Amino acid sequence: MDRETQLAMLRDMLLARAFEERAAEEYTKGNIAGFLHLYPGEEAVAVGVLHAAEPSDYIVSTYREHVHAMVRGIPPRRVMAELFGRRHGCSRGMGGSMHLFDRERRFMGGYAIVGETYPVAIGIGYAVAMRGLPEAVICFFGDGAVNQGTFHESLNMAALWRLPVLFVCENNRYQIGTEIHRHSAVAEVYKRACAHRIPARRVDGMDVMAVYQATAEALGEIRSETGPRLIECETYRYRGHSMADPGTYRPKVEVQAYERKDPITVAIAETLPRYPTPEEIAAAGPDAIEGLIGAMNDAGRLTAAQLDALKAEVTQVVEDAVAFAAASPEPTLADAQAALDCNRNGEVLI
Amino acid sequence: MAEEMLYWQALNRALDAEMALDESVFILGEDVGLYGGSYRVTEGLYARYGEWRVRDTPISEGSFTGLGVGAALVGMRPVVEIMTINFSLLALDAIVNMAAKVPFMSGGQFPMALVIRMPGGVAKQLAAQHSQRLEQMYMNVPGLRIAVPATSQDAWWQLRQAIRSDEPIVFIEHELLYFSKGPVDLEAEAPPMHRARVHRQGRDLTIVAYSRMLDLSLRAAAQLAEEGIEATVIDLRSLRPIDWDTCVASVEQTHRLLVVEEDSRFAGSGAEIAAELAERCFYHLDVPPARLGGRELPTPYNGTSEAQCIPRPSDIVAAARRLCGT
Ligand SMILES: Cc1ncc(C[n+]2csc(CCOP(=O)(O)OP(=O)(O)O)c2C)c(N)n1
Ligand SMILES: [Mg+2]
Repeated sequence: MDRETQLAMLRDMLLARAFEERAAEEYTKGNIAGFLHLYPGEEAVAVGVLHAAEPSDYIVSTYREHVHAMVRGIPPRRVMAELFGRRHGCSRGMGGSMHLFDRERRFMGGYAIVGETYPVAIGIGYAVAMRGLPEAVICFFGDGAVNQGTFHESLNMAALWRLPVLFVCENNRYQIGTEIHRHSAVAEVYKRACAHRIPARRVDGMDVMAVYQATAEALGEIRSETGPRLIECETYRYRGHSMADPGTYRPKVEVQAYERKDPITVAIAETLPRYPTPEEIAAAGPDAIEGLIGAMNDAGRLTAAQLDALKAEVTQVVEDAVAFAAASPEPTLADAQAALDCNRNGEVLI
Repeated sequence: MAEEMLYWQALNRALDAEMALDESVFILGEDVGLYGGSYRVTEGLYARYGEWRVRDTPISEGSFTGLGVGAALVGMRPVVEIMTINFSLLALDAIVNMAAKVPFMSGGQFPMALVIRMPGGVAKQLAAQHSQRLEQMYMNVPGLRIAVPATSQDAWWQLRQAIRSDEPIVFIEHELLYFSKGPVDLEAEAPPMHRARVHRQGRDLTIVAYSRMLDLSLRAAAQLAEEGIEATVIDLRSLRPIDWDTCVASVEQTHRLLVVEEDSRFAGSGAEIAAELAERCFYHLDVPPARLGGRELPTPYNGTSEAQCIPRPSDIVAAARRLCGT
């Protein structure tokens, strides 16, 4: 992999972490409300997958989608403004954190009813296949989402009609408070794809290079019209399910197991009914981000000065995003009505 | 003796009481067990009754609600918790095509002692997919009964009655009521589950409300009283059936009717309530019945717009004034 791509991925992961931690802060201050699902710990998945995609590919995501949106190119300002519920947000203040949309960038939405991303993705895939275009659809979903009927229904149709869809499972082992072995008889998500004869594999979702590689290969195969693929990324979220969830249900033994793999989770020991601070996360040692930094260091591709510059840059971007969001006006009910009537084309009813 | 209790605690006590009395009662839903329920309603029950009676489910609303139907057919009393009413759209087949139909289609052979509990309503900036009310959808389904408790006391009474009923009950709670406090008399005898309750007597108009709109209507009535307008406030408590007699008796005295609902007005619950009471009280009404409801919009995420989308106490006061011609 070229250094440029690697650096860009590192930058996006740093931005993702900084943005999400800041969003948590803004939520605590009351500038963001509702359900806020954050992504720290899982950055390697969105960053690895989306860097391997083409701008002409479509993205369908869930309610935990801020990072997907930014990596896809939606300016952090417009994402933050949406979290603030403002007019310059990417959904004009109508959608909020769980419903980011950007038609121009083919970001086809954040869907908040679990299991909705599959049918939307195969619908877009159907249109792409019908038109004979070299595009693909990337469909994100969680480990808990595979037990919704739409998962099997959609995988069957995708395979049956060889639709150009890449299904990406972000397996963070939890469906809110329910651990994967308590919600799924088969805890290896990728194995379910074989019921529909969809080639599938499992990758280390904490390793951005591995995610990138697997995605690039799968998309290559999809573009040669061989039908859908599925990738399961094993990952972990450091925070609770959302800002409303302290995440204290995770048993000590498991946290300890993850500590060995990723010492950041030290901070979410069962005895601590609170979130880790950014300092604690930083002090806890290497995670997906630190892993990449280490690898680039070892390869002589990153100096301390370059890293500092990157960190300063993303801090600035986040600062700017918050200022932009705070300055953006609130939408009005007339804006809401206009959004509802967006497809009326001037027709007057009754 | 009444004790102060949060709404969720009253529901929790009701579940506990019925589970202790009857082994055929069991709970299932997402995060109801180990986690204790998203709104704490099932807290402590997993430890007390074990995993067969408090079952954490996958995210499979259609099938676990259907499971409730199957279990009810053979005499169990399942209490299915759907995390919010928005997700019950995925369970409509089980609720509408199965629970409401099988006892009838079989010529009356089977019990259907199924309770489907879920919160509805606009909470705080949860956006369009998570802010729906939808009770009017279930109102149109013969074979279902619908309870909508507005107070801690009714949460305690009505949930126990729902569990004991052999009919399928759609039990609609409210996200903003879980942490409201009220007196609960655990020993007092419960009125029938579908009986409406008059919370306040006044001569000038009748305000009919339910669920969270009861509290807002009572606040509005207090303000109206300061202006010399005396309102009767009725809490329906049940949306199918509706206790028309209580409403009619009041409207015959006040001659004015205002229906307050949180959902959009068009084809909402208020449409049914106003139409029926207009038919029954036509010659007693001084003015046409009025309905106050939410706007015809999916709920915007933005907090200011969201607040403008559902009735506020000031809106109720204004509607009452208009009705009374002041
Ligand atoms: C149909 C439906 N049921 C329940 C919920 C409530 N809910 C929101 S997220 C979630 C857990 C999803 O877990 P998973 O798919 O693993 O995604 P994660 O949040 O871990 O990324 C649940 C149960 C919902 N939004 N939609
Ligand atoms: Mg998960």
